[in-house]
Amino acid sequence: MSILEIKNLTKSFGKTEVLKGVSFSMEEGEVVSIIGSSGSGKTTLLRCANFLEKADSGQIFLDGNLFYDGQDKKKISPAELRQKQLNFGLVFQDFHLFPQYNVIDNVMLAPLLLAKEQEDYKQNKKEIEQQIRKNAEEILDRVGLSDKLNNYPCELSGGQKQRVSIARALALKPRILFFDEPTSALDPELTGEILKVIRKLASEHVTMVIVTHEINFAQGVSDKIIFMADGVVIEEGTPEEVIQNPKNERTRHFLHKMNEK
Amino acid sequence: MEFQSIVSSLFEGFYVNCFIFAMTLLMALPLGLIISFGSMAKFRPIKWLTKTFVWIIRGTPLMLQLFVVMYAPGILFEIPINSRMTAVLIAFVINYAAYFSEIFRGGIESIPRGQYEACQVLGMTKSQAFFKVVLFQVIKRIVAPISNEVITLVKDTSLARVISVAEIIMCAERFTKKGLIWPLFSTGIYFLIFNGILTLLFGYIEKKLDYYKG
Repeated sequence: MSILEIKNLTKSFGKTEVLKGVSFSMEEGEVVSIIGSSGSGKTTLLRCANFLEKADSGQIFLDGNLFYDGQDKKKISPAELRQKQLNFGLVFQDFHLFPQYNVIDNVMLAPLLLAKEQEDYKQNKKEIEQQIRKNAEEILDRVGLSDKLNNYPCELSGGQKQRVSIARALALKPRILFFDEPTSALDPELTGEILKVIRKLASEHVTMVIVTHEINFAQGVSDKIIFMADGVVIEEGTPEEVIQNPKNERTRHFLHKMNEK
Repeated sequence: MEFQSIVSSLFEGFYVNCFIFAMTLLMALPLGLIISFGSMAKFRPIKWLTKTFVWIIRGTPLMLQLFVVMYAPGILFEIPINSRMTAVLIAFVINYAAYFSEIFRGGIESIPRGQYEACQVLGMTKSQAFFKVVLFQVIKRIVAPISNEVITLVKDTSLARVISVAEIIMCAERFTKKGLIWPLFSTGIYFLIFNGILTLLFGYIEKKLDYYKG
């Protein structure tokens, strides 16, 4: 059964139709990359999947269960929305770290706030907090930042900031981790360290959806590639199918343009 | 009149200024935050009502507001206000809350949307996002404009005399009738020292908050 299935998602901003019925599905442990030129709707798709935008219509299924229904006009309660949100993690293009907290606190903040809602929090406060800290340290070690725990975001390079934001998302143990152009805000020489971290996560079978412009990287890391243009999925398949042997004229045209860069 | 009793009478007057200052600050800051939420409300009527209120308060002299609070309830509704100090505090708190609300609004709106979105995808509630993440950044951004208002407030407290609350300048002025001008001049020193302390305090806060950029 697919861990995630998106069916006919549509979204308009005013008169502009950004998503015109997007569907795809993925299995647990898979890495799916979404490629396509700017304005093709990739980012909006991620934002709809993470409830930062409300899709106008279409459905999202998680583990085969209806998770979000655009036709359902009944308002989702904030508490329910949060519960749903916690299934997913999102890494932003511009990091959006919390500037007043140091690295470890950036990673620990959300888990701590969540733990405070547990019934046994007051009795086991110390152990729970220690566990959260240990977990945060482990994750920061995984992204190679164990020497930066007490630094503030303003003291880090772009690549380090993005690794903190990946750690921050991982700390909540999301079922699926989404990346919105994780290297686009970085200097070219810094993209490598982020791609390395994502490759490592892929080898650990973290389920990921990556919106990216790094075609070579997507080809290497993904189980499935989705090419989007004008708010629809033009072509999808394995990297061999989509990147080596694209069937659609628009895919070929896009890949050709990307190669010229 | 001996020097000591004049000084102690001035101190009594200045105690009134300090009292007005502290009470106004204590009540106007939280009230200002609430008003700022009103002026950012998505529900249009609340937003426009708040904006009109802020416009009226900021657009008319504090002196006029003092008179209105002092005399309007008694003359219009026959429920005279029971103490002059209450009238002073009502007028000051409302006036300063209106100014603070605009500073808060500016500060809150200057925080990038990405901060809220990051909180949302991390499963925080709206109030957690505001109090645990956004508010601190707002405070850092508004320390300088708030310090301006606070220093103005110290000096504005002397306006209380227009409804006969015996603050320091009113106390000092009494001595001019006895041919003494130095008590009046010396009131300036009280204000200078008080504001000097505040300037140092705000400088300290700014420095404390300077540990991070952004």
